[in-house]
Amino acid sequence: MKRIEDIGDLAVGYDLVIVGAGPAGLAAAAQASELGLATLIADENPAPGGQIYRAITTTPVKRHDVLGEAYWQGLGLAEALEASNCDYAPQTTVWSAELGRDETGKIAEPRSFTVGVSRAGKARLVQARRLILATGALERPFPVPGWTLPGVMTAGAAQIALKSSGLVPQGRTVLAGSGPLLLLLADQLKRAGADIVAVLDTTPSGNFKAALPLLPDFLRSPYAAYGLKLFARTRFSLPIRRNVLELRISGEECVERIAFTQSGRPVTIDCDQVLLHQGVIPNINMSNALGCGQHWDMSMHAWTPTVDEWFASSVPGIAIAGDGAGIAGAPSAAIRGRIAAIAAASAVGLLDATTRVRLAGPLQAEAARLSRGRSFIDTLYRPPGNVLRPADPATIICRCEEVCAGQIRDVVRQLHVQGPNQLKAYLRTGMGPCQGRMCGPTVIELIAEQRGVPVSDVGHYRLRTPVKPITLEEIASMPQSEAAKNAVMR
Amino acid sequence: MFRPISDELRQATSHDGSPSVRAVGFTFDGRRMTARAGDTVAAALLVNGVAACRETPVSAARRGPYCLMGVCFDCLVVIDGVGNRQACLTPLREGMAVETQHGARDIGALERDE
Repeated sequence: MKRIEDIGDLAVGYDLVIVGAGPAGLAAAAQASELGLATLIADENPAPGGQIYRAITTTPVKRHDVLGEAYWQGLGLAEALEASNCDYAPQTTVWSAELGRDETGKIAEPRSFTVGVSRAGKARLVQARRLILATGALERPFPVPGWTLPGVMTAGAAQIALKSSGLVPQGRTVLAGSGPLLLLLADQLKRAGADIVAVLDTTPSGNFKAALPLLPDFLRSPYAAYGLKLFARTRFSLPIRRNVLELRISGEECVERIAFTQSGRPVTIDCDQVLLHQGVIPNINMSNALGCGQHWDMSMHAWTPTVDEWFASSVPGIAIAGDGAGIAGAPSAAIRGRIAAIAAASAVGLLDATTRVRLAGPLQAEAARLSRGRSFIDTLYRPPGNVLRPADPATIICRCEEVCAGQIRDVVRQLHVQGPNQLKAYLRTGMGPCQGRMCGPTVIELIAEQRGVPVSDVGHYRLRTPVKPITLEEIASMPQSEAAKNAVMR
Repeated sequence: MFRPISDELRQATSHDGSPSVRAVGFTFDGRRMTARAGDTVAAALLVNGVAACRETPVSAARRGPYCLMGVCFDCLVVIDGVGNRQACLTPLREGMAVETQHGARDIGALERDE
């Protein structure tokens, strides 16, 4: 592995550029370079691992039982990257990718992507024959009154602070929401010494009944033993309150208390930290901006890039591996990354079709095994309408532009707004720096509610490059050819 | 707010016990602070008791780090005079001057600097 410390050290072109160094990206990089592809793996974080294996090589929390064995399994992936001959660019943002075109505007053959990359305030364009997007997942936004107060974070954020910096929340801490990570994190934080005063479970009681027919499949899944053990251990060790509704966080400057109803009765708990979680959904910002087709996934209740059995997207040359193309967890993401890398090697002529199938066959079987039990988890933790469509009109939905649920409902109803792109023009939802990452899933829910149609009919934001904000200075730092200068200078 | 995990839980059981924590000095709105080498700016602020690090452009509401993974943009700060930096993606460096980001950028202010 060659660590790219300066943007000038990047090669002019690569066979394969991988975006993201989580499990899918790391596994894809090691596999691709083993198969002879000149590979660049670019990642925003200072160290490999993505979010699930965040800071796996640098974490100050060395005692294995704190973060757990499932975390430490990620070390092998980081070591495989280290042993490979990839270029690895940490703290590097990929902000665009575009197919090269000839003078007439037609896509030039052989196809090559021009990939916009920034590091430490300097940008470059590199060429790539193939792309693998391994941009992972993000936590489903969970808008409740007060969720923008300092002291409110996502559960994932608290886990990142623990993994990467060895930090635990200080003071009385409440976790609220639903999903497998909620219990896991509460357990992890408690063992790390946090003062967990309540775990507020918003999972509707009806979900378990709906998920029950899928339980046998889950029990045969690789996660069953782990999940049941966690469930049993936390049942009495954590102050769990079930059937929680109507969360409301308040405080003057920071979080001071959280109010809610439990089985219909109002309760208020004083606290210093609130950690929210409502499951994870694919992070589609880059795939959407690059024009990759997506579909509404009923099981995950989220827009998901459409991929084939090789994880190829609808744009030739772009594959999407890992949870970015559907949530299935880290071990599955790594397998899917390897399959996408094998497909890339085959596409550039390094593998014949027979070898491709021979190499990928066992991996595809393993991916299928690892996806077992997923429908049980999805059904059990499916967010209910009151979570997806906040009733209180004062709930901020778009955190960047500070647009509330009531405003969105009113404008959609009064101006007959059909979709989220139209709403941008009226309310600026999705036009702040997060580029719709935090509001998109809720905005489409509220439009669907007001129009009286399924959310899948509403669509999603049409996202654009650059998928991360870059400065004019970064663009100006790019090496310019004489032809490019002549084109704009008279 | 956050605090460091106890040393007992941090350390590998078999290691020699040498302090693995090197302190880095920085300032936040002029106040001197220290954090662990290897922390991001966001983690460094949280461990120093800073819950809010920006004021929003719309209502000047106080906001602090929310996702710590680069997607929410609520941890935007000014670092060494450069605004709109994502604190959660920026590693802390010795001597960094971190400041609260107040509202939107003011183009008039940029012009006055010329």
